[in-house]
Amino acid sequence: MGVIEKHEHVERPLVTPEGVQIYSPNVMVASIEKLINWGANSARLSSMWPVTFGLACCAIEMMTTGSAHYDLDRLGVIFRGSPRQADFMMVAGTVTKKMSSIVRRVYDQMPEPRYVISVGSCACSGGVFNTYAVVQGCDEFVPVDVYIPGCPPRPEAFIEGLVKLQDKIRAEEHRWGLFR
Amino acid sequence: MGPLQIAERIKEMFPDDVLGYTGFCGQVTVSVKKDNIVSICRYLHDDAEMGFDYPASLCGVDYQGREPRFEVVYNLYSITHRHRIVLKAGVPESDPAIDTVTGIWTGVNWHERETFDMYGIKFNGHPDMRRILMPEDWEGHPLRKDYPVTGPAREWHGYEEVRDRKRKYAEFEWKPLK
Repeated sequence: MGVIEKHEHVERPLVTPEGVQIYSPNVMVASIEKLINWGANSARLSSMWPVTFGLACCAIEMMTTGSAHYDLDRLGVIFRGSPRQADFMMVAGTVTKKMSSIVRRVYDQMPEPRYVISVGSCACSGGVFNTYAVVQGCDEFVPVDVYIPGCPPRPEAFIEGLVKLQDKIRAEEHRWGLFR
Repeated sequence: MGPLQIAERIKEMFPDDVLGYTGFCGQVTVSVKKDNIVSICRYLHDDAEMGFDYPASLCGVDYQGREPRFEVVYNLYSITHRHRIVLKAGVPESDPAIDTVTGIWTGVNWHERETFDMYGIKFNGHPDMRRILMPEDWEGHPLRKDYPVTGPAREWHGYEEVRDRKRKYAEFEWKPLK
């Protein structure tokens, strides 16, 4: 059994040919804000937990996306039943005016930072239901970050929408420290 | 018992109330007056040869421009005898009310509430005559033909409140710098 090889310490030139001083090969220089932003955003986008608001057939497609074949777990997406544990909300399906106050209440109960994905034609724009009972797009009463069109959207479209939200979180910048 | 025989039997039993019956594709529809609907249904339920123990559906219809304007349709089925019949009772616009049959089949409770909600037909003697699908303070009855499909011009105040909440809370929304 094994001989543990001992790596030899390689001496590297500490000054580049251009004359720039290199302090050590293992040191990375960054501003603290950028570093924390990078760490916090990476953590945030790697485990986005949605509260599911399945209202119609889009919810069936959402379940399909979550199950074994498409497997949202590999993106760190784990469905939660409670808005208190969730990072974003998936409004999947036709939102009626009677239901709108409950969607809004679930959104209000979510801790910040929070995001909303509007799934399907109905949640995005009311779809074919331009009627007395249906909300013409859930962005009328909650701020929506990503729209996924389709009737219902394919699971690939769901994943594309989640990646879009990840890109959005990755690009965010926050101010950390005393002077916010 | 075939559906035509059932219709003829109803006509024998209630000659003053049956206005006529038509058959189509093996289904027979009996038009009746609304006044005696409870005793007709009671007979259909209690009689051993009829035995209509399962009210498959109950709904309303709006024939705007016709008199009577509304109709309440009873789809009845007998699980023991495996036969079915359709009853139709006309309801005028001036007095949109009919007696309830919840005393015979408890299951039609919500069907009658839905018919009330959508057409405004009241069911006399119903134990819980409230709206079932639309919000309780909704104005109008949406499945009437003269109801605008996109709703009345004035927005329902419950939805107005929800939209106001977005406007009111917008300044407190969490936002990143970029």
